[in-house]
Amino acid sequence: MSWDEMSPLLWEATGQTALMVVWSTLFTVLLGLPLGVALILTDRGGLLPSAPVNRVLGLVVNIGRSLPFIVLMIAVIPLTRLIVGTTIGTFAAVVPLTLGAAPFFARLVETALREVGRDTVQAAQAMGAGRWTIIGKVLLPEARSGLVAGLTVTVVALISYSAMAGVIGGGGLGDLAIRYGYQRFETTLMVVTVIVLIVIVQLVQTVGDAVARRLTRR
Amino acid sequence: MIDVSGLRKVYRDRGREVVALGGVDLHVRQGEIFGVLGQSGAGKSTLLRCVNLLERPTAGTVSVAGRELTALGEADLRRARQRIGMIHQHFALLSSRTVAGNVAFPLEVMDVGRAERARRVAELLELVGLAGKAGAYPAQLSGGQKQRVGIARALAGNPSVLLSDEATSALDPGTTQSILALLKNLNRELGLTILLITHEMHVVKGICDSVAVMRDGLIEESGGIAELIARPGSRLAAELFPLPDPEPGSVTVTFTGRADEPVISEVVRKFDVDVSILGGALEEVAGVSAGRLRVRLTGGERAAALDYLTGRGLLVEEAA
Repeated sequence: MSWDEMSPLLWEATGQTALMVVWSTLFTVLLGLPLGVALILTDRGGLLPSAPVNRVLGLVVNIGRSLPFIVLMIAVIPLTRLIVGTTIGTFAAVVPLTLGAAPFFARLVETALREVGRDTVQAAQAMGAGRWTIIGKVLLPEARSGLVAGLTVTVVALISYSAMAGVIGGGGLGDLAIRYGYQRFETTLMVVTVIVLIVIVQLVQTVGDAVARRLTRR
Repeated sequence: MIDVSGLRKVYRDRGREVVALGGVDLHVRQGEIFGVLGQSGAGKSTLLRCVNLLERPTAGTVSVAGRELTALGEADLRRARQRIGMIHQHFALLSSRTVAGNVAFPLEVMDVGRAERARRVAELLELVGLAGKAGAYPAQLSGGQKQRVGIARALAGNPSVLLSDEATSALDPGTTQSILALLKNLNRELGLTILLITHEMHVVKGICDSVAVMRDGLIEESGGIAELIARPGSRLAAELFPLPDPEPGSVTVTFTGRADEPVISEVVRKFDVDVSILGGALEEVAGVSAGRLRVRLTGGERAAALDYLTGRGLLVEEAA
């Protein structure tokens, strides 16, 4: 395969991967961040302790995390149809990607928030701050560099998950590597795809690390 | 100013009950610096955190500035807490905010407008001597500077009461002195009532007017410092003036505020006794000098000599 033949394929696949990762990252944050905050709030000694709620949330998160992504993708097809209106294509892949990554991100959010010292939270309480003020002005800002680090890991995981989106016609770099590189023995394309993936992941990690470092004031 | 009565706090730990406070009464007068002295585990930290209800007492009532906090609902309690400052052993500053941002935090909680906030922050930083550090982050400050930020932050709501949770325990001796001096100043100039807990005698010695000695969740003794020292069997006096265990026949004489009177030589002259000094210590406490002398008196009119000392207002304790 010549470079001129590969180039449009690569561009298209990179665009599809980018589309899937960007949208699913957005929805993962919208779903995972509140979930992570809720896990911290309802925990024993949290701001709104509730053992039953905490247990249910923990169970939901663990179920989401214990399903292999490829199984999850198939299992949520009815839900995908309900939300997107179709079960194949790039946008259809965003639903399982979000559902796969959100519980993962929620755990990372929980861990990052737990790093905020108990005495810092209590100092805010002693100043008369309410729950929402503490979440918005103490917990999240204090944990921001940990949150960014968690988000970076999540984006990298999403790039990896998105490689399986070919199964439901989502396209993307992983799909390209499987269809051309593996099934048609286009070794050159396989190698180039791998290199593109490595470069993207490196880029995401580098940017994520830099932002996290900038936000660290310790 | 602070009235605590019948305060009990019982924790449940794996089915067992742990009594942190076993019925504590505390009365802090307006404008005084009141120290609670005790070893770690004595319950003093729990006591302090019960005063602004960071911990809910199991039983008992807490009133600050005439309001019974234990009777307030959540919203009212939050408002009352804005008028109770608190400083912490490990400062508990927000690492993601600048010094000015940290001091502004309680003002944001109180919904103070932006311009007024900036004005107050500048004023408060001036007050604690950190005017030049407004833009610095806590990580760039020394321990003493961090505690000054903590103090500025605690004063933001014009509190009538300041609670200090081992505020100098993480600081070196020199810095401790400067923070204590600052607290004393605020007490004098703003009329700020301060309740502090500490395990360090020199904090009590340095700035407290009154003290309570705590042990095993109970207050063993409390009162004005000079008055406590002059009380027989005082634990405070024993800790303030560490002398070896009294040997049989020895006499311990405690005096406050009369260190310059020549009582010992008077006794020797008047009653024909021999005095040998076994040990002694002299301290400046709450602005007066106080001391303890361990002596052996022999010969002459020994009993009359001891009576004379008691008559002169000294506390005389004879070892059995």
